[in-house]
Amino acid sequence: MKISREDVLRVAELAYLDLTEAELETYRAQIDDILEYISKLNELDTANVEPMAQVLADDQTADATLREDIVVPCSVAGDILKQAPDPEPPYFRVPKVIER
Amino acid sequence: MSATWTISSVREAIAARKISARELAAEHYKKIAARNTELNVYLTLSEERAYAQAGRIDAAVAAGKPLPALAGVPIAVKDVISTRGVRTTCGSKILQNYIPPYDATAVSRLEAAGAVILGKTNCDEFAMGSSNENSAYGPVQNPAAPGTVPGGSSGGSAAAVAAELAVASLGTDTGGSIRQPGAFCGIPAMMGSYGRVSRYGLIAFASSLDRIGPFARNVADVATVLRIMAGRDPNDSTSTTAPVEDYSAELNKPVKGMKIGIPKEYFGEGMDSGVRGKINAGIELLRKLGCQVMDIQLPHTDYAIGTYYIIATAEASSNLARYDGVRYGLREESDTLVATYRKTRGAGFGAEVKRRIVLGTYVLSAGYYDAYYLKGQKVRALIAQDFRDAFQKVDAIVTPTSPVPPFKLGERTADPLQMYLADIYTVTGSLAGLPGISVPCGKVCGKLPVGLQIFGPAFGEARVLQLAHAFEEAGGATL
Repeated sequence: MKISREDVLRVAELAYLDLTEAELETYRAQIDDILEYISKLNELDTANVEPMAQVLADDQTADATLREDIVVPCSVAGDILKQAPDPEPPYFRVPKVIER
Repeated sequence: MSATWTISSVREAIAARKISARELAAEHYKKIAARNTELNVYLTLSEERAYAQAGRIDAAVAAGKPLPALAGVPIAVKDVISTRGVRTTCGSKILQNYIPPYDATAVSRLEAAGAVILGKTNCDEFAMGSSNENSAYGPVQNPAAPGTVPGGSSGGSAAAVAAELAVASLGTDTGGSIRQPGAFCGIPAMMGSYGRVSRYGLIAFASSLDRIGPFARNVADVATVLRIMAGRDPNDSTSTTAPVEDYSAELNKPVKGMKIGIPKEYFGEGMDSGVRGKINAGIELLRKLGCQVMDIQLPHTDYAIGTYYIIATAEASSNLARYDGVRYGLREESDTLVATYRKTRGAGFGAEVKRRIVLGTYVLSAGYYDAYYLKGQKVRALIAQDFRDAFQKVDAIVTPTSPVPPFKLGERTADPLQMYLADIYTVTGSLAGLPGISVPCGKVCGKLPVGLQIFGPAFGEARVLQLAHAFEEAGGATL
């Protein structure tokens, strides 16, 4: 077994994700199968391989540069706040964060 | 009785005033009204926006002004691509009422070229799936093969074009989500190289893999739509400044003498025999066109699915952290902030999304990062190197798009790993960042569409399109 019930609980905690009892067991078993399949990667010796985080870094023809960090006017604050489940313009309201 | 529209026939008809942009939009909305209940292709229609744009085109025609390339062309947009003022759900309950405050660059470029955006198409939730069955809004029917899935995750966009409910459409491809539904619905479908089309406004699934690309009636139309979207966008730092070729002008260049690599690793076990027969016939057709077909090796192919599901889920778990019920989307109120986050996410995400968040968080978590995520990144480098080596010897690589023809609705939902394996021929090019197209390559038993996939080297879009166009012209679709 690659992943335990405790592992799934710990990960759900990290991901702020409520799982039902049924989901917990179903996902554990399915992810266990997937990790078993993924373990095939261990057949490869990658000790001297540089990890590839993104495509463009190793492409000489690409010139993906960062733009200048210039402040430009943006007037969508109202539209954005309209999407909030509980807005208190110009703020987003959330349940109390600091206890006592 | 309406015509089968292509971009060029729309252009001619509008320029000749045989139909107005408004009438063409209305004709499409009429067809949508008649068929959407059965097919479930569109989640939201943007009639007000479409008619406003059609009105601008018609005014330009009346004034005798020159018309842009997509003047009046009705286009559908996958519901993971932001459209200002038009609901964008990502196929998820968590964004059921989300109205983006801005347009994706791909959408604004198409509209600037005259396109009429008809509405938003159904897809797997957050583009996670290979059959469109992971949508919170129900599955899409495959118009090309009733009773089967349209493929995923861009199933709605593929079905919209196949059912003539749009002339072209936009999908997104992370591991095969444009090419595989294109194959299943019997139409050409393409992703350009990573960085070719801006991702600004594409709601992120896996940022190092996500790409926007077109579905259309024919390869020439795919070339037109891709070219209009392509090019550097200051709002996406991964969009490249590499020059954009005139794909349409290059389309008819001869393919005689082109070297085509056939990777033996793609023709092993697990391929449906009907698909195999059609792909072999497709390769024979390329040979008849004067292409030089040769065997090549891509030795790390067998590790691609494992690598993909590490990297894609890791990136997804990070990207989807933003859905917390505070700034937009669903909120399930609880007594503390953390409990609100947890409850919102538990209620708002569907099963496949939760499964991938758990897997992705796990492979990134302390103690497992090196064994999974770092390992995945290293194997990704080996897979990309395989392709670089191969493109030293050949101009293009040809494979099946999918190992199986369109499968029945519900047939594969029980076992996620089996569903993942449906992406076995498409994820490789995704990991390597290469351009890839799926073109129709006959039908198994005369009814289930098969797609032939063509990969080119990075920024080799023009060559991929030339070959696909020659294949289509030579009758590839009716093999």
